Amino acid sequence: MSNKSFSSWMSSGAPWVWLNAGAVSISLVMVVGLLLLISVRGLSHFWPADLMSISYNEPGKESVTLVGELIDSEIISARQLNRVGVELPAGQASGERHLIKVGNRDYFGLDFSWINGPWMGEVTYPQDLMAIERREWGHFYGYLTAVKQQGEVVADGESTYAELQLRLKRSNQLISDIKALERGEVGKINAGLESIRLERRKLELDNVVAGSVQYVELTESEKVFDDSYKVLQATLAKLYAALNRDQMMVRMSDGREVEIPLAKVVQAHLPNAMTVPEKMAVYVHELWKFVSGDPREANTEGGVFPAIFGTVMMVMIMAVLVTPFGVVAAVYLKEYATQGPIIRLIRIAVNNLAGVPSIVYGVFGLGFFVYFLGGNIDELFFQASLPSPTFGTPGLMWASLTLAILTVPVVIVATEEGLSRIPRAIREGSLALGATKAETLWRTVLPMAAPAMMTGLILAVARAAGEVAPLMMVGVVKLAPALAVDNLAPYLHLDRQFMHLGFHIYDVGFQSPNVEAARPLVYATALLLIVIIIVLNLAAISIRNRLRENYKANES
Amino acid sequence: MEAVKQQQAPVARAINIESIHRGNKVNLADEKTCIEVKDFNLYYGDKQALHGINMTIPKNRVTAFIGPSGCGKSTLLRCFNRMNDLIDSVRVEGEMLLEGDNLNAPSVNVADLRRQVGMVFQKPNPFPKSIYENVAYGLRLQGVNDRLTLDSVVEKSLKGAALWDEVKDRLQESAMGMSGGQQQRLVIARAIAIEPEVLLLDEPASALDPLSTLKIEELIYELKDKYTIVIVTHNMQQAARVSDYTAFMYMGELIEFGATDELFTNPSKKQTEDYITGRYG
Repeated sequence: MSNKSFSSWMSSGAPWVWLNAGAVSISLVMVVGLLLLISVRGLSHFWPADLMSISYNEPGKESVTLVGELIDSEIISARQLNRVGVELPAGQASGERHLIKVGNRDYFGLDFSWINGPWMGEVTYPQDLMAIERREWGHFYGYLTAVKQQGEVVADGESTYAELQLRLKRSNQLISDIKALERGEVGKINAGLESIRLERRKLELDNVVAGSVQYVELTESEKVFDDSYKVLQATLAKLYAALNRDQMMVRMSDGREVEIPLAKVVQAHLPNAMTVPEKMAVYVHELWKFVSGDPREANTEGGVFPAIFGTVMMVMIMAVLVTPFGVVAAVYLKEYATQGPIIRLIRIAVNNLAGVPSIVYGVFGLGFFVYFLGGNIDELFFQASLPSPTFGTPGLMWASLTLAILTVPVVIVATEEGLSRIPRAIREGSLALGATKAETLWRTVLPMAAPAMMTGLILAVARAAGEVAPLMMVGVVKLAPALAVDNLAPYLHLDRQFMHLGFHIYDVGFQSPNVEAARPLVYATALLLIVIIIVLNLAAISIRNRLRENYKANES
Repeated sequence: MEAVKQQQAPVARAINIESIHRGNKVNLADEKTCIEVKDFNLYYGDKQALHGINMTIPKNRVTAFIGPSGCGKSTLLRCFNRMNDLIDSVRVEGEMLLEGDNLNAPSVNVADLRRQVGMVFQKPNPFPKSIYENVAYGLRLQGVNDRLTLDSVVEKSLKGAALWDEVKDRLQESAMGMSGGQQQRLVIARAIAIEPEVLLLDEPASALDPLSTLKIEELIYELKDKYTIVIVTHNMQQAARVSDYTAFMYMGELIEFGATDELFTNPSKKQTEDYITGRYG
């Protein structure tokens, strides 16, 4: 009886439905799980966590006070604990240990340490415990004792914290002024001097006699730059002097009191004394700094803005390059070429190109674009700056071109598909009105195939934005000194190297000297990369949907 | 009540057309020639689709091609504006003269020819553009971009296709939002906007409902003053209603060609009679 009902259940098709639904559910759970994991791990990093003060009694040593942030806790077996010297009470099979971020790397050597739970004494959360984010050496945890100006104490006691915040605001303002000057004015002067150097080199290459008018002119304009540089230098020196005016005195957990110049401090908080709304304000601010700031400390701190900018820039340049190229190729294959074995072969080849490992494209890009094309461009147009290469070195343009080659099959296939879906009646209607084939293509067929082209572009962007391996050969660097777009002519510098979120993840996660500090940033950066790819895709999809609405024809 | 009235009106008009038409005696020998077909053969690869066609299409008259499916009537129609050029394997023999000039001559510019010989297809095929741009398409192809000229031509063509009153307030809306019958009249407006001499209609009403069909037939009747019209149709009543001359084709051959009245009332060939009386499937 049950046998029969089982076989009827089998033949009803229900198992097949269950199998399908199960596969979908598993995929969904995995995707959601992945997103949750990186969101939680990445986003929680920016929350100003409470600071603990722990009295730690390691047997045979003096009791010490540890101050820091609880990062992680895990339960390990008694045997493992035993190996590090912890004796658990009989019958207890496992014990806890905790990862504490103790900061103060320049004084303690390591800013993370594992401590064993059984040795922990009293844990308190003092209200006046301060977390200081520094420009160098990571976080500092301690108790604020005084604020100094030129070595003289100007505040201690009640008003110290308020005074500190006031002076921090001033020093941060000074730093951003200095940065603006250095990036703006000084950058311009440097660019001017560099162009004079190149002019001079060009004159030398052209065998212009030394001492001729051109040289004199160059020397004169060089002098103008030098003079304005001297003025600037004086201004900068003044600013730096003002910046170095203030210091703060902080007592560490071990009782030592140290002086920290405010020039080295980004911000200081009392997390234990903060209310939740205050913490939220700090959290949002921190997130914003991550998205908009420059990286510091070998990319393990600060923001990732250059990487976001590089990624988006590269994808957009790639899109601009790949779309016309792919569309033109598809139009030829579909509309003009005589359909036969050769075209079929080409189509198969194009489809297979999409399956070539991306690193191969990287090698091709390096060999062909960077060394061959770039080298020749340098010899033809940038001879004066040789031997230092201009385009003969990895850069934004070569990276975009390499990715364009990588993604062009996708665009070709999607466009061909779109072209073949255009009803014959529409083409005939246009031809019957006296349009030539080319006019029909331009006025009717291509606009109608635009949504398909956008589909191709969406796939291309999705693939390109996530690609890292080939980029490591043709333009991505760990730290780019300048963005590809700035205020110096020609404003868009395609020859520059750039940062990329994908590479950033790899670099921060696996190449950084301080793995523990960098780990949350890996998750945060991964989340950001996903968000950017989603945004790029959504933008393209909304454009496609609008096009679709506009060019919807009668079903053929 | 209102709805019933609306439904009755076109029917009454259709009968009217028929009665006008029936009173109009025509004679092929008195007509001016528009297209002359001489010993015309057409092959799809090795397969011959048209066998030695000889006929003259009279100017400013409606000529209908009837015959069973696959008899070659659409193929012949598509020869008049060389739409068959689009099919690689097609090869033609014999002459086809439009106003005395061989339209298959190598010197003929196909785009120019198609401007002279407009065509409307079986299914409405408006472009996914606005109503206005659909009608202006042919003119824009010729480089006419002057707004005033375009406006007047669009209005004239839409009026010519009896569509103006229905769409004058929504010229900038997409043509894809119109009904099938409106779309077909739009396509006719699009074709007459470039003022062709000949209008080829390939089963223009076969995809439409009876009311839209009547409107199209009415339109054909009005257009024949200005254009030479050649219409392919499966519907013998339609051929009888709208055409002055009718050609009956069978298996790629022209069996009989003559005044519609004659052909329908007194066919000279047995095959024609069989077809008209419904003895063919």
